[in-house]
Amino acid sequence: MGENNVPSGRLGIGVDIGSTATKVAVVGADGSLVHAEVMPTGFSSVDAAERARAALEAWRGDRHFCTLDARVVATGYGRVAVPYADKVVTEITCHGRGAARLFGPDGTVIDVGGQDTKVIRLRGGRVFKFVMNDKCAAGTGRFLEIMADRLGVGHDELSALARAGEPTQITSMCTVFAESEVISLVGRGEPRPNIARGVIESVVGRVATLAATAGGAAPYYLTGGLCDNEYVVERLGEKLGAPVTTRPEARYAGALGAALMALELE
Amino acid sequence: MSDVAAIELPRTFEEFNEQRRQSFLKVKEFKQAGGRLVGYLCSYTPLEVIDAAGASGVGLCGTSDEVIPAAEEVLPANLCPLIKSTYGFAYSQKCPFTHFSDLIVGETTCDGKKKMYELLNELKPTYVLHLPQSRSRSHEREGWYQEVVGLKEALERLYGIQITDDALREAARLRNRLRRAILALYDLQRSVPPAMSGVELMSTMFAGTFNFDVRAYVESLERLCEKRRAEAAAAGSPISAGAKRILITGCPVGGVINKVGATIEHNGGVVVCEDDCSGERTNRFMVDEDAPDILRAIADRYLQINCSVMTPNDDRFAATLEMAEKYQVDGVIECVLTACHTFNVESARVERAVEGAGIPYMKVETDYSAGDLGQLETRIAAFIETL
Repeated sequence: MGENNVPSGRLGIGVDIGSTATKVAVVGADGSLVHAEVMPTGFSSVDAAERARAALEAWRGDRHFCTLDARVVATGYGRVAVPYADKVVTEITCHGRGAARLFGPDGTVIDVGGQDTKVIRLRGGRVFKFVMNDKCAAGTGRFLEIMADRLGVGHDELSALARAGEPTQITSMCTVFAESEVISLVGRGEPRPNIARGVIESVVGRVATLAATAGGAAPYYLTGGLCDNEYVVERLGEKLGAPVTTRPEARYAGALGAALMALELE
Repeated sequence: MSDVAAIELPRTFEEFNEQRRQSFLKVKEFKQAGGRLVGYLCSYTPLEVIDAAGASGVGLCGTSDEVIPAAEEVLPANLCPLIKSTYGFAYSQKCPFTHFSDLIVGETTCDGKKKMYELLNELKPTYVLHLPQSRSRSHEREGWYQEVVGLKEALERLYGIQITDDALREAARLRNRLRRAILALYDLQRSVPPAMSGVELMSTMFAGTFNFDVRAYVESLERLCEKRRAEAAAAGSPISAGAKRILITGCPVGGVINKVGATIEHNGGVVVCEDDCSGERTNRFMVDEDAPDILRAIADRYLQINCSVMTPNDDRFAATLEMAEKYQVDGVIECVLTACHTFNVESARVERAVEGAGIPYMKVETDYSAGDLGQLETRIAAFIETL
């Protein structure tokens, strides 16, 4: 996105270091998104922060612009590992802010992240309530990754496979136990599409329960790494009883929110 | 009962660090000088009865995960950390107060505790009062009074003494004075900004549960209150005026002061009200010290406590809202210890009551380990950002 069409004037930069992916977003002085990119976080969030800076500087062709004519807000679980950040804000606030920009000021934002799933309720563009998954991987992107690995398929293939399957119930909430459950289903000869469907249903069910805990109501918006997964979006809408809206940029919602906040800094 | 054989150090004493050895020696000295020591585990324990027996009551609630692996040799892992830690300290003989207690007093509060007491009794004589499940029925009040009478008689037998009404009344007066001193300290938090950090205040209260001498403790709290009041008046508060004012409610926070409490205060918040069993929720109840039947007045006072083990427990919600207004709180954080079913289930009603009053609410479920620090930090920081 944004091939060297760097606007003049003040920039706001958001760096969102998630457990799986690091996202950067840049907004111009008018708040419009001018650049966004994603890279794997890898082992170290300190290294991820450095790679994010290198990527921004490569885009801009300027070694020092991060500290000169832009303000940086860091977010995500690695937010404290960004030495060049002017401010650190939690991903809840950033996602809320980014989603409000992408979708509108009122509604329920669902963010399925690598290690956290969040349901954020917006009113007037502000977060007024949120809930996060319990401290386990049930209902997160990590759960899908592990199960896809176990079934020997890629992330995208998992959905394609699931679409063709009949749901098999996966009852374990614990990812480690669910993995054993999948292994025994494979052992029993259950067709892979059915297991894939069961995996997706498990995540979608867990996310819908979390949304209900937060008192979530339509309109629903999906942000985070699963927003380009049409099948998940479709199944989630079915479970929630209301359509779920998403956009490709929604993957950058946290970084976008951070960038918008950076623009407001002195 | 001055049974000298009971005043022995644990076999593992030599393995302890210096600080722990010193604590053991201090308590041993107290016992050797003829001191009577009774451990208690809950705010429902009628402490005036222990005081009137000439014994020092010490709180034995476990607040550290150090001994949880030991406890899990006997107890299930999926149990509240407070119960596991309490038992673990007795089992591993690492707590001087537990080790040197003549008797441990417990109540039939939650299921986990009351069943743990059966196992604890194998390690240390444990006397369990049967706490009713509510205060609304007259036979429950009467039954609880009989339980308190039973404790009095048990202590009389243990020490070969008579506990007089005069001694009970004197103890009630002193305990009320202690409660007033605690409330006066809490009251300093009503100002904007509050006089001190909540972590300091909570730590002070927690340290007080290990005090042998109630009178000395009351006096130290009264002095502290005067000191903080004067400091705040002279130099202003050390707390930033913009800090978000948090009321912390739910389970006992003694084991998570430096986890939940400190996280709140590192992230732009300040704990202005501690609505738990060692906080204002409980200390606001006084004994009617002039009542004709002083033991009954003591029993009645304790039954007012709004723990989630009671059903129904509606008085708790009213009290929380009253405190939220009194302390001008910006948000309520409910802290539930992992596997505490009563507070966890009740939290749905607390949430409704608090949000119904227009105050933001968030529940965190945690234990004594450091495993969830990152997630806790994100939740708490995000909650404060929304205020």
